Amino acid sequence: MKNRLKVLRAERDWTQAQLANALDVSRQTINAIEKGKFDPSLPLAFKAARLFSLSIEDIFQDEVETV
Amino acid sequence: MTKQECEQSTYQRKNCENNANLRNWTIAWVITMAIAAFAPRFVWDYNTAFSVIAILVNLVIGFRMLVANRVHLKGLDEMQQKILLDAMALSLGVGLVVGLSYELLEDIKLITFQPEIAHVVIVMGLTYLVAVLLGHRKYQ
Repeated sequence: MKNRLKVLRAERDWTQAQLANALDVSRQTINAIEKGKFDPSLPLAFKAARLFSLSIEDIFQDEVETV
Repeated sequence: MTKQECEQSTYQRKNCENNANLRNWTIAWVITMAIAAFAPRFVWDYNTAFSVIAILVNLVIGFRMLVANRVHLKGLDEMQQKILLDAMALSLGVGLVVGLSYELLEDIKLITFQPEIAHVVIVMGLTYLVAVLLGHRKYQ
């Protein structure tokens, strides 16, 4: 799953630690999500969407190609 | 984690408290285990009443340690939980397989000494440690 977390965070000039604090997770988890190594659960994805005032699809995209 | 780091965020503060709680209960459990193991021989000369009390106290503290571990796990975020739960599953599986094979060695006379449960616990502990380290590395 791809995501725009790093871009959105950079736009707001937030550090990984600040984003982790806002989402109540560890900085390592933010790092793993940004690198695409860990896919967040639906509740965490919703939390991120609320934080950035976007829909989940605006932040996370499925990597499966649609025909 | 130092006190200063503990004050950084709600998540870290909560985990520091849970870690400290788990550490304290684990130390208490180890102490009561040592008392139950050695005191009958060296302190109260195998007095049955004292030994039963020591075992009961050890069991109660052990269950309290399990509760503290559960609180600690539930306080972690989802990725940290996944790393630890994967490590626990692996160490349980390795413990079961290695433990049964180890016990079999004596039954079929491949070893002459009595298999000790402590050896299986050591294998499970080392497996857990390696699995946690690999889990953190995987998500780095």
